[in-house]
Amino acid sequence: MPALTPTKISALLLAAASLSLGACASKAPKELPPQPTATSTTTMPTQPAGPVPGSQADFLASVLADTIHFDTDRYNVDTEDQGILQSQAQWLARYPAKMVTLEGHCDERGTRDYNIALGERRANAAKNYLVSLGVDASRITVVSYGKERPIALGSDEASWAKNRRAVTITVQ
Amino acid sequence: MMIRKIALFLGVAALPVAAFAQAQSLPASTASQAAPAPDEGGLTGSVTDESEWQDLGIAIPAFPTDSPVPTAAEGGNTAALGQNLARVVFNDLRNNGLFKPVGPDALPGIGYPQVTAPSFDVWRGRSAEMLVQGFVKAAPDGKLTVGCYLYDVALGSELARQGYVVQPSDWRRAAHKCADMVYSRLSGENPFFDSKIAYIAETGPKDHRRKQLAIMDSDGANHRFITNGQATALTPRYSPDYSKIVYLSYLNGYPRIYIYDIGSGQQRLVTEGRGPTFAPRWSPDGKWILYSMAIGGNTDIYRVSAQGGASTKLTDSPGIDVGGSYSPDGSKIVFESDRSGSQQVYVMNADGSNQRRITFFGGRAATPEWSPRGDQIAFTHIGGNFRIAVMNPNGGDLRFLTDSWQDEAPTWSPNGRIVQFFRTEKGSGKTGIWQVDLTGRNERKLNTPVDGSDPAWGPVLP
Repeated sequence: MPALTPTKISALLLAAASLSLGACASKAPKELPPQPTATSTTTMPTQPAGPVPGSQADFLASVLADTIHFDTDRYNVDTEDQGILQSQAQWLARYPAKMVTLEGHCDERGTRDYNIALGERRANAAKNYLVSLGVDASRITVVSYGKERPIALGSDEASWAKNRRAVTITVQ
Repeated sequence: MMIRKIALFLGVAALPVAAFAQAQSLPASTASQAAPAPDEGGLTGSVTDESEWQDLGIAIPAFPTDSPVPTAAEGGNTAALGQNLARVVFNDLRNNGLFKPVGPDALPGIGYPQVTAPSFDVWRGRSAEMLVQGFVKAAPDGKLTVGCYLYDVALGSELARQGYVVQPSDWRRAAHKCADMVYSRLSGENPFFDSKIAYIAETGPKDHRRKQLAIMDSDGANHRFITNGQATALTPRYSPDYSKIVYLSYLNGYPRIYIYDIGSGQQRLVTEGRGPTFAPRWSPDGKWILYSMAIGGNTDIYRVSAQGGASTKLTDSPGIDVGGSYSPDGSKIVFESDRSGSQQVYVMNADGSNQRRITFFGGRAATPEWSPRGDQIAFTHIGGNFRIAVMNPNGGDLRFLTDSWQDEAPTWSPNGRIVQFFRTEKGSGKTGIWQVDLTGRNERKLNTPVDGSDPAWGPVLP
């Protein structure tokens, strides 16, 4: 796949922003990556001012998001998730020695064993999409935490939507 | 840890008498044995109405001793121990909502000779219908002999008697055996008090929950943490002989099931499979372990010898097949699958053949557990809230036992009369172990040192 130019990345960022502003009720609002400092230099890892090239901080600053979200009991990667995973694949293409772990998570409204299986399914769905974009499968390790590691602590739809997720973490 | 077999003698009920060295004889009571009446064999209680025998007034005075001598058991001497023994019997019978006993702290003491010659008139005056008396003696080697007698006060006759020889450290087991004798004789059901529970002890905030493997007696005593909580531990199951616990641990970062040997404190991986393994279960004979493994996101159920070796894949659907619980005779397995689109309960033969769905009511059905009696399957019903329910092995006769925000993961008492589960509090995420009997009326929370989840009730001890 051709490398994304900074222009394309900006376009993706805009697309994500407009998506999150739209009435996309079924999904949790996406957190945009941290605002780059001053001029957007994070996509040029040679700049001394940005995060260490290839680091987790660099990953977070370079991709649309490290997390994709899922509907209740679902594990499909929708178009919004695809944009996020494409940005991750782009970063991985730039750092071919980097490995990642894909964590699969569920909300608390499921039974324990089933949620471990469902989290595994979600993380694998994200992994399979990254592989379809050219990332070598051997670079991706999958782990399911089921409902054991929520990030949103409420017992309400908004919290559950945030917890149904797959998170990409670079292995340092 | 060794499970000691309690030496049992002079069992009036048709219980196996263990072979043991001491040929002691339990003093016979002067009260005549009740003649078996046509409806004897325990006051019969049905699943739906147990009020007749649940309202029985049972008096349990302290167990006297022939001579107060020091003992290593709780109390320090046999006189104080006798009080503690009666308290354990009282709490067993009271806490499960089955009877309304009066315990040793509310009753006058009795003399040693009265154990076998009850003052029935005095107990009739106290409106007691049943009387549990016992004694405790210490041998020079420290071993304890505990006698347990059940009398029908109205008839003025003895209904049952047992004696136990135990090490001082096992004194509570003698009391549980006594409570089991009383419960069995009066209800006609199999015993369950002398048993243990493995569970997950939980502490810490919702997003940083510390989860440790822990064990305790059926009444919460002898509590012990097995793991230190550094790795998340989940879903334990006691082996049928209590020598091992199979459970899931995130040791080394990934979910894998381990067999922990209680005696040696060592553990090993159940299988060196490619994918994560979870949801482990023992076969009733302890020879096999069922587990679930995900490969490429697809979860199926496998069986492996408890000794290790190659696994056999039992399911092969594109959906999530998970859990599994053997029928008591080991011939069938009940499990859950979302192959139809949502979690539902299925039954298959133990070799994986003849898989068929049995739940067709509204909502989802998860975590099925076959009753040790074989006649019921307990499961988690998901339809809005999570509730514990039971059904027959064909999926009929659905009955809800609980009604809360999130109750899940039922486990059966050894006699199939009580279902334990864990309840999660909305918002805080705090958990607790609860139990309910098959009527659904007697629900209570177990006392655990910290929050608890994933209970697994083992069989009655030998």
